[in-house]
Amino acid sequence: MAETVLTHSGQSPARLEGWRGIAADWASDQRAFKNVSWGKAMMWIFLLSDTFIFSCFLLSYMTARMSTTVPWPNPSEVFALNIGGNHIPLILIAIMTFILISSSGTMAMAVNFGYRRDRVKTAALMLATAAFGATFVGMQAFEWTKLIMEGVRPWGNPWGAAQFGSNFFMITGFHGTHVTIGVIFLIAIARKVLRGDFDVERRGFFTSRKGYYEIVEITGLYWHFVDLVWVFIFAFFYLW
Amino acid sequence: MTNLAVQLEGQQLSSLQTHVHDALASGATHAKGQQHPIKLYLVVWGWLFVLSTCSYLVDYFGLHGHLRWSLILLFMVLKAGLIVAVFMHMAWERLALAYAILLPPVLVLVFVAIMVFESDYTHLLRVIFFASPT
Repeated sequence: MAETVLTHSGQSPARLEGWRGIAADWASDQRAFKNVSWGKAMMWIFLLSDTFIFSCFLLSYMTARMSTTVPWPNPSEVFALNIGGNHIPLILIAIMTFILISSSGTMAMAVNFGYRRDRVKTAALMLATAAFGATFVGMQAFEWTKLIMEGVRPWGNPWGAAQFGSNFFMITGFHGTHVTIGVIFLIAIARKVLRGDFDVERRGFFTSRKGYYEIVEITGLYWHFVDLVWVFIFAFFYLW
Repeated sequence: MTNLAVQLEGQQLSSLQTHVHDALASGATHAKGQQHPIKLYLVVWGWLFVLSTCSYLVDYFGLHGHLRWSLILLFMVLKAGLIVAVFMHMAWERLALAYAILLPPVLVLVFVAIMVFESDYTHLLRVIFFASPT
């Protein structure tokens, strides 16, 4: 409880807005993030650092692709599928994108129901999000298998620039790891929600601290970030 | 002396009471949290579907060159903006947090510029010295 007391003990209800607000918040000689709990602020800062990691991956991909003299494999063709006799470009990636966006939608609603203290709906929506995430990882596994069978390796591939494989495996692999961790995180928190931990303020197994429904929003932040990264990967790696 | 002790105790008690009061108040704010109508999320969800479909169609119709790249970037930025602003509730956070989180990634663009120069240079060297005569 101690940290939430600190969190919400902002006595002055009238805080400055705009640029003056930024200056006042940062210069207050206290905490800069006035109405945000530590959990949420730290999740944001973690996501910021994660942004830099993914930025570095995408940058190295950009550098490899721009500096190679060998033609880059056409992703539209590489990720095409034959469905019912039709050759559809990039269809698998499109479906994966829609699945991840849907999971973000269910997650946003889970946060909403969490703050309304609707245990069952929150947990159900979180589990639906986890199911979407697991489906996404499954499709990614299928995609990896297909490409490996076709001879894509980190050091070469049949269609062009050798760096394609290493970039592909690195970027999508790291993203897929994030999704997998997100699914585990979601299931763990959904279980707590369903058990009513946040209604009776049961203490956590590891931290011995009471949890609140805000953890649903923090989990959501992580999950939306995974979706956000996919938006960039989709644009730069698959569509460019 | 005892008077003082009592007074001190009284102070502690009152501070305890404010703590309890704060805790209750924080409970109230927790219950409120980021509350926005479900409809808003559904609308954003719909828009994300539309934008994803658009960016997929860019590839499907095989657009090329600057049109392709600008459309991809446009849809990407719109999608990212919707996710961060609405789904991650950044639109309702205080600016001190929003700028602390959103400004640093923008500076990555400097890194991008540096690496564009670097890879152009590498490419030039490879063309001059290593490219196979095909």
